[in-house]
Parts: sequence; C-alpha cells; structure tokens
Amino acid sequence: MIEFRLPSLGADMDEGKLLEWKVKPGDAVKKGDVVAVVDTSKAAVEVETWQAGTVEALLVDPGTTVPVGTAIARFLEAGEKPGAAPPAEAGRAAVAAPVTARLPAAPVAPAPLQAPGVARRPVSPAARRRAGELGMDPEALEGSGPHGSVTVDDVEKAGRRAGPAAAAPAVDRVAEIRKAIAAAMSRSKREIPHYYLSETIPMQRAQDWLAAENSRRPITGRILMAAVQLRAVARALAGFPELNGTWQGGLYQPSASVNTGVAISLRQGGLVAPGIRDVQDLPIDELMARLADLVKRARAGTLRSSEFSDPTITVTNLGDTGVETTFPVIYPPQVAIVGFGRVAMRPWAEGAGIVARPVVVATLAADHRVSDGHRGAAFLVELSRRLQEPEKP
Amino acid sequence: MSHAAPPPPSGPVPFPRENSARLLKDMLRIRRLEEKCAELYGAGKIRGFLHLYIGEEAVATGAMHALARGDNVVATYREHGHALLKGVPMDRIMAEMYGKKEGCSRGRGGSMHLFDAATRFYGGNAIVGGGLPLAVGFGLAAKMRGEERLTACFFGDGAVAEGAFHESMNLAALWKLPVAFFCENNYYAMGTAIERYESQPDLCVKAASYGVEAFAVDGMDVVACYEGARRAREIALAGAPAFVEFRTYRYRAHSMFDPDLYRDKAEIEEWKTRGPIHTFTARLKAQGHLTEERFLDIDAQVEAEVERAVAFAEAGAWEPVEDLAKDVYAP
Amino acid sequence: MTITYREALRMGLREALARDPRVLLVGEDVGRYGGTYAVSKGLLEEFGPDRVRDAPLSELAFVGAGIGAALGGLKPIVEVMTVNFSLLPLDQIVNTAALLRHMSGGQFAVPLVIRMSTGAGRQLAAQHSQSFEGWYAHVPGLKIVAPATIDDAHGMLGAALADGNPVLVFEYPALFEMAGDLSTAAIDLARAAVRRQGTRLTIIAYGGCVPKALAAAEKLAGEGINAEVVDLRVLRPLDMDTVLASVRKTRRAVVVDEGWRSGSLSAEVMARIMEQAFYDLDAPVARVCREEVPIPYAKHLEEAALPQVDKIVAAAKGLFQ
Repeated sequence: MIEFRLPSLGADMDEGKLLEWKVKPGDAVKKGDVVAVVDTSKAAVEVETWQAGTVEALLVDPGTTVPVGTAIARFLEAGEKPGAAPPAEAGRAAVAAPVTARLPAAPVAPAPLQAPGVARRPVSPAARRRAGELGMDPEALEGSGPHGSVTVDDVEKAGRRAGPAAAAPAVDRVAEIRKAIAAAMSRSKREIPHYYLSETIPMQRAQDWLAAENSRRPITGRILMAAVQLRAVARALAGFPELNGTWQGGLYQPSASVNTGVAISLRQGGLVAPGIRDVQDLPIDELMARLADLVKRARAGTLRSSEFSDPTITVTNLGDTGVETTFPVIYPPQVAIVGFGRVAMRPWAEGAGIVARPVVVATLAADHRVSDGHRGAAFLVELSRRLQEPEKP
Repeated sequence: MSHAAPPPPSGPVPFPRENSARLLKDMLRIRRLEEKCAELYGAGKIRGFLHLYIGEEAVATGAMHALARGDNVVATYREHGHALLKGVPMDRIMAEMYGKKEGCSRGRGGSMHLFDAATRFYGGNAIVGGGLPLAVGFGLAAKMRGEERLTACFFGDGAVAEGAFHESMNLAALWKLPVAFFCENNYYAMGTAIERYESQPDLCVKAASYGVEAFAVDGMDVVACYEGARRAREIALAGAPAFVEFRTYRYRAHSMFDPDLYRDKAEIEEWKTRGPIHTFTARLKAQGHLTEERFLDIDAQVEAEVERAVAFAEAGAWEPVEDLAKDVYAP
Repeated sequence: MTITYREALRMGLREALARDPRVLLVGEDVGRYGGTYAVSKGLLEEFGPDRVRDAPLSELAFVGAGIGAALGGLKPIVEVMTVNFSLLPLDQIVNTAALLRHMSGGQFAVPLVIRMSTGAGRQLAAQHSQSFEGWYAHVPGLKIVAPATIDDAHGMLGAALADGNPVLVFEYPALFEMAGDLSTAAIDLARAAVRRQGTRLTIIAYGGCVPKALAAAEKLAGEGINAEVVDLRVLRPLDMDTVLASVRKTRRAVVVDEGWRSGSLSAEVMARIMEQAFYDLDAPVARVCREEVPIPYAKHLEEAALPQVDKIVAAAKGLFQ
C-alpha cells in the first residue's frame, strides 16, 4: 500500500487545491508520471509520483483544498491485492498468493470517488484559449453553447462587459500570488538571520568570451549572460556546501547537486522561482535551453511540482531593470541567494591608470545559522574568479 | 501420399558443348546462391520469409534459356533463380536479401519481392496467383502495341486452385494474348499435397478446358524444360496463350519456417536421385561433353560469384530512415 | 454549356480516348451494352472493340490485367461496375497496384485508373448499395477521388490518367441526372473545394453527399446559421489545409459520410481536426453517417439509413443548442 500525499511544492505552500486527476483507479503509474494537477496559489502545477504502483483509489475530489501531507490517493504496490478484496480471495491469498500475480486488466477498485455531478462547466477549447488570452476564468461564465458550454462568443461578450482593464478573475490570480510571496518572505525575514556581502566583478573577459561563442551559433541558439552567471554560481558553490542546501526542522541538509532556483517575474505581477537541476554538470548550451524553457513555461503556467520543491539556492538577476546592486531575501528553506545587477561600464583602476570597463555587482545574502561572513566572502571571490575565466569548463 | 518420381533424365544432350555448359553453370548458380542464402539465414543476415528453389533449378534454367532478352517475366515468391537467370546481377539480389539499398528493390522488397525494370523482371509476387492477371495485362499491352514480346508467367501448382488462374486463362485465351503460363508443379501447395486440394490433379486438363494449348514436361530435365518453354513461346507469339506444366520437386521445406512434416522422407530421397544438376552432369560426362576437371572449374567460378555477391551485400548501405516515405506515390 | 453528371463523365472518357491512343476502357458491358449506367454509350462505335473492350465477369483478372497493361505501356481505364464488386479484385488493387511502386524500390509506376460507381439511394438493397471509399482511402499508394460536381465528373478522369499513380475514381449514380454548367476551370487532384462560403459552421462532405450538404446549408441559412460547405474531392491524400482553414474560421464542424460510421473516412477527418484544430473548436465535431445496418430494400428504411438533409441540419443545430 502506497499513500500518495499532497507534496509540498515550496516553502510558501501549506495547502493545495486539487484541480484535476491525471490517473484513474486501475491505472499503472511509474516513477515520474504526472498524477494530478494542483493549484498551489502560484500556479497550476503537475504533481508527479516517485513510486510505481497501480492506482487503487482517488481520495480527494477535484476542487477540494487539502493541507500539504494529506493522503490524496492510494496506490497498490506491484503484486499487492486490493484492500477491499472479497473474503474468499483473502483466504486463498493467505494460503499462497503467487508473487507474480498480476492485477486483472479491468479496474478492480471501487468506482471513482468523484461524482459525475461535480464535473466542471464545459468550456469549448477555443473559448478556453481565448479566456486565457484575456486573463479570464471561463468556468465562471454563463455558457450559451451546446450543453451550457462556454463558447468564444461568451468569453468575448464577458470580456467586453469587464472592459479592457482586465477581467475580475485575473485580479484574483494576482492577489493569490501576492499572498504566497507575502507568506514566504515574511517567514524568511522572521526566521532567517540574513547577512549581506557584495563584490564588483570585471566582466570584460566574460563578455568577450560570450561574443565569440555566440558568433558561432545560430540566432536561436545564442547564450545569454544570465546563463553564464548561473553556471559560475553553480561551479563556485562546489567548495561551499554551507551555501547550497536546505534548513528544515532545525537541521541543515547540504545538497550534493546544485539545483538553482531562478527568480522569474510574471507579466501579471509577482514572481516565481522554479529550479533547474544539477546546474553544476550542465553544458552551457543545455543550461541555456533549460533556462529559456523554464521562463517560457513559468509565464504559461505549466511548471511541474518538482521544479518548485527542488531548488537548493536561488539566483536573482535584476540587471535588465538597470539597477546596480540587489539585496535579495532568501527563499526558505534555502539558505542563500545570489543577486546580480546590471553589467555596466564603470571607471576601473588598471595598473597606474583609470579605464572604462564593464563590471557587475554580485551580492550574496546568506543564512547566519548555517554560514558566516568569512565563508560567504570566500564564495564571492571564487565567483569573481570563475566569471573572469569563462573559458574554463 | 506419394508422388512417384519419373525415371531419371538420361540420354545424350542435344546441344552443343558450350550451350550445355551454360545450362549446367546456370543451374549451379541458382543452387549455390540459395545454399548461401540458407547459410546466411541461419546467421541472421537474411530475415523474413525465405523460399528456396533447390531441386527445381532445371525449370527456371531451361525456361529462361528459351526466352528472349525483351520478354517479360512475372514470377512468384520462390523467384531467386528466375531473377538471376533473367539477368538481375547476383550481387544486387544478395543485397536485396540483406535489405540494403543497393538491392534490386532498394531493400524495400526482400527475398519475395525481387524486381528489376532493366531486365523486365516483374517480381517477386507473394500472393499466390497474384501474378497471373498481371501477365494477362502485359500480353494485352504487347498485342495492342504491336510488339513481338512474350510474357512468361511462373506460378506454382497451388495457384491453379485460385480463381485468378481460371479468370486469367479465360481472358488470355479469349483475347488471344502472347502469354506463356509456366506452372511449376512440385506437388505441394505449401504443405498440402495436390491430391488433397485438386479435384483434377492433371493440371493440363484444366488449362486445356479454356482452349489453351497445354502440355507437361519433366521438370527435372533441363533439356525437356528448355524444349517445352521454347515450344510454348512459339505458340504464344503466334497468337494464343500456352500452358506448360513442369513436373518438379523441391528438396527443401516450403520456407525456412516450415518443419516439413507433411512429406514422406522416402519420397524426398527418391526425387533426389533425379536431381537436375547431377543427372545432367552425368549425361554430359557420358557423352564426352564434360570432364570432372571442367565441372570443378565451373563450380569454382560459381562459388566465386556467390562470394562476391555476399561481399557486395555486406558492404552495402542501409537506406536512411528519412527516406521511409519515398516511392509510395509518383513524385 | 448545361449537361448532366453522366454526360460529363462520358465527355471525359471520350476526350481521354481521343487524346491518347494508349488509353483503353476495359470492363463489363462497357462496349456493346453501352455501360451499365450508359456512361460509355457510343464509345464502342467511335473507338472500336480493342479500345472499348468488353471483359468477362472476372474482376480479379481484368483489374489485374489493367495493372499489367499499365506496366506494359498502356493507359488503361478499368471500370468495375460497382464498388460492391470491387471486393473481388481487392487483392489486385491493394496487393499489386498500391504496393508495387514501393516494394520494387520505386522502379514501377502504375498509371492506372479504376472507375466504379458507389453509394445507395436507389432501393438496390444491401449488396448493391455500399460505400467503401473510406476503405480504399486507408491504403498508401492509391489515390482516391470523388467527383461531386459537373466539372469534376468531366475533368477528374483526365487528371487521373495524367497522375501516374493508381487512381480510383468513384462515381455517384445518385448524381447522374444532376445537371449544371460545365466550366473550363482546370481540374486538380490535390485540393478540397469550398462549395459554399459561410461563417458559423463547416459542413464537410464528399461525393453524393455534397448536394445534400449544400441543401442543408440553405435550410440553415433560413434559420440564421450561415454554413460553409467543403467538398473533400480527393479522399486520399486528404487536403486538410482547406478543411482546417474553414474549421478555424467557423469553429464548428459536421462531417457527412455515406459510409458506415465505425472506422470511416469521417472518423479520420474528425481525428485530424482534433489533432490539428482542437483549440479552435467551439463545440465537439459532429457527424452524419450511414446507420450501422446493411441497406434495406424498403424505401422508407433505406432513406432512414442514409445521411439526409434533415439529419445534417439537426446535427448542425446541435452544435449551437
């Protein structure tokens, strides 16, 4: 028997609303399969299972909000018989249940728990797409189509009524995200004793290297400085386990792999910080591709649950806003965050003279419960060295 | 069910020495090619169905020697020998067996679907009786275009039970088409003996009922096969189809998948004493047309050709998967 | 010039025979009888018994002979009297005509045209009323066309002969008396055609159901629903670009198919709409097909079994209610 529990998909998540089941009783699932879609208040997130089995029962109806950790489904392990097997079966099983016995192909579990009556309002595919474009919730509209379904016309009429400013449900979405950020950041500032360090790093070599690399790539394959910085952070962390990990239940757990959360601002307001796994091992092209994919999916609202729960450190880059220095807030349960400002031309002492050079200010905010300023400073020096030797793998 | 073998072919061969040597060599080319195919099948180089012609070589050899270069040939899935003697190079046949793009059907056909436009070899048809209507159409085209061109259509005894045989006999006779129907009667439709599926096991009677001139020859005697095919060609080009029943025998199972449980081993052994190659060799030696030394020399030449074909197939390339959808429609 | 569908077919045949001496027409009763549906009437006298060639009742042999003749340098037009009888030469059509080019590694073209009548509606009962266009449209290597207009009835034969592939031309006796103007437009074997412009719904039909679809569209217009009608014309390969462009515009579709519903051409069209235009839809795609029964003899039962104008109208309205 495997109890499938609502996972925590981030420090700010203490409950989740089940939107949709992606499996039904009788389905076989394997590690990595998407089991459900859960609204985490930041995004609708696909939740994977990490265990293989056969779905025996779904315990929660779509639309229900439950606390993190609640058992929401039951799976049978390979070879396991359903709990509700008739007595005769149980008796026989007690004598000798063949280990290799397979479940019948037809579902043996009781009927699914969700009643047909709670089905969501039918929305035509075209209407759903149009509502997405307008930032509206189509299921909140009255439908004029077949079986009361919501059509494109219904969405557009409602959109005109709501006026160009934006429809009401979209405002709710923004508010939800705001609420989640408020919870996480309050907890961070309440619980985490931050210390801050910064270092100005010359970027001439990184820029030259990047220009040379990109001249060999098609336009669609070009690499951004942000990816170079992510890579440098991940590699610099190799000697600083106290900056890469999570603090949970009064204990620090360092992480062997660098799973870097990337702060991404959303168009409608707010931000998310989903992660890229094993950044320390990724070739630069692969890292760039992952980064582009992550940004695209964050803005489309199709992130996966593990992407929220994985990160062991976060990198925020506010360079595109023009700001020089950031003082970022740690995203719990992580213990450090690295910020980058704009790469800008600045006077730079070289030999006896002053020259104009591109530089960037890198900031580290770290958790004093886990590390001290001395180690944080050494990390920033290492980061600076890495960024000045971009050609080194 | 036992099928009595005819007396072994005997007597002097009525051809000049060199012609006889070519007949012998061509029978050996088929035999050695197919022995190599069986070996390569076991080695996993050749897959799918593989139907061997071993024992029946006199039929294709005699018949092909009676045809002209411009004649059309339509054959069956047991057609390696027919393709070879119609002029398809052995290396391209072997490459096709391998599924390589250098094969005569670019690896799209395999053993059962050898095709070659240049030598007017039209397959390679794996539907029993499927080639007969096609041959009727070739005959119609030749007749309407005023060409002196025979279409030779090979098929097995099993095809005679198909509707296609009867419809095609009728149509070819009705329209007076230059088609030679060459029935290779090896007495078994896969595993079913002819007495068990034919109401009239004398196949010439069936063909003759359509007004088609029909006769049987000893399919183990390459001389008889040549003479029968030549006569059929003359009849057909004179303006009416002909039917020849070549009474022959396959020594191997129907295909590599066949355990051959339906035949009496004694029957097979009896027919083997009539083997087309060794009886022909003996006759040539008896009349002083062939020495053992010359035989060994011919066989060595054939072996070398087979080895070259295998090397060619081994060196061949696989067609890129990107070309998968090629050749479904005219470009 | 106003002519009937039948006359348009005959005109296409006559032009093909006159244009190219390699063309011949082969089939049962195509010559002396004049064609079962009088399509080839008069052609024997004009072109002689060699080129307008009566064949015995042996579809397997004369269709196969058509393939051989095409390989041998002729341009045969083989008439199989009705699609119901085409199950006899099915082996030659599929196992030889369709496959030959590919399994010979591209060495052989089969420039063969097979004409056959298809469809129901004349109280001919179960064995003479079937519609197997969809079966043939399943097979790579074949081209399947369904003339539904005077222009296509006239022009598709010539286009098929020029195509270089085995082409099956399905003719619709239900349309033989339909009259209309013959234009000089060039006829292709590639595109579906929009037969009526509309905005709110696309009705997709082919062959004998096209006039029914157009009549349904007129009725719907009277009720304020402006329907577009797409005539598939070519059933293999399908021109989905035209279909999808229309569906993306109207966001609703009804597929009309005279064949049975299960595993039908309409199912294929619907599946492709789902695959390629799902997010453009405002309602599930609907269809009107032959009921899943053999066609009965009695007139009222036959009518009830076939797609009809009223059924198309009802299906269309169901997408709005």
